[in-house]
Amino acid sequence: MDPVAAKYIGAGIACIGMGGAGVGVGIIFGNYLAAALRNPSAAQGQFGNLIFGFAITEALGIFSLLIALLLLFAL
Amino acid sequence: MAVDPIEQFHIQNLFPVAKIGNTEIVFTNSAAFMLAAVLGLTIFLVGATASRSLVPSRLQSAAEIAYEFVATTVRSTAGAEGMKFFPFVFSIFMFVLTLNMIGLIPYSFTVTSHIIVTAALAFTVFFTVLIYGFVRNGWHFFNLFVPKGVPVYILPLVVAIEILSFVSRPISHSVRLFANMLAGHITLQVFASFIILLGTGLGVVGWIGGVLPFLMIVILFALETLVAFLQAYVFAILTCIYLNDAIHPGH
Repeated sequence: MDPVAAKYIGAGIACIGMGGAGVGVGIIFGNYLAAALRNPSAAQGQFGNLIFGFAITEALGIFSLLIALLLLFAL
Repeated sequence: MAVDPIEQFHIQNLFPVAKIGNTEIVFTNSAAFMLAAVLGLTIFLVGATASRSLVPSRLQSAAEIAYEFVATTVRSTAGAEGMKFFPFVFSIFMFVLTLNMIGLIPYSFTVTSHIIVTAALAFTVFFTVLIYGFVRNGWHFFNLFVPKGVPVYILPLVVAIEILSFVSRPISHSVRLFANMLAGHITLQVFASFIILLGTGLGVVGWIGGVLPFLMIVILFALETLVAFLQAYVFAILTCIYLNDAIHPGH
């Protein structure tokens, strides 16, 4: 196979990993919203935890995006 | 592709500063934007606090909002004792926020889209946590790696995972900010190049059709503004959470 073509295919495959992060971020914000609507007075106090969970989850998707970017532009 | 989407991240040498051995130290556009951010922040904060009135002026309220915002974050995540790190967290937050926002101006340069900058910030936080944790807690700092209430037979595995997650913190801390800024700016550039491709390829029809990617750029730009703020906030809140581990190492 042409190495350049393989590089682009690899970058595309690497981006599939971001789907998992998308699911994770959706679950976090969805559950936060569901809980916040049940008990709005407690929601403000958990905002820090929400952002922390979002950051941890998003990092994994970002890693796969990074692999794609490295394949496309750096290697 | 008509436009190289990563051309905007190229470092340009402005003028040489010094030469040590074979290494030349050059004042780059990255350094210029960092200097501009620090100068802008200094002017803003010094100007805002110059005339401390009971009824704050607009500038003073802006500074007070920024202070309160960061102070609430530090207090809620790292406790009252964490407030001794408030200047550190406030500096990091305002620095990253300003650099992200400057990067959104067209034709400017995004300093935080270079991993060396974010890695330097993340490792500063990492070593601050490590050194302060040992100075304050001594060997009790290792309690961080031993969660309470874990059965003995899986403890070695849990400890290994805890140590690994502690060591990988500066990597995820720095890569998150860097990759978010990089990906966002590449996306904007790619959509902008769609307009050029359509216009040069299809003529008048293409320029009219280019309205669609242009609208997309406007929407993405709003999203990027949110991301620029959110990533600065995430960087600051993670700094607080890591500092909290140094202050209260027991799980």
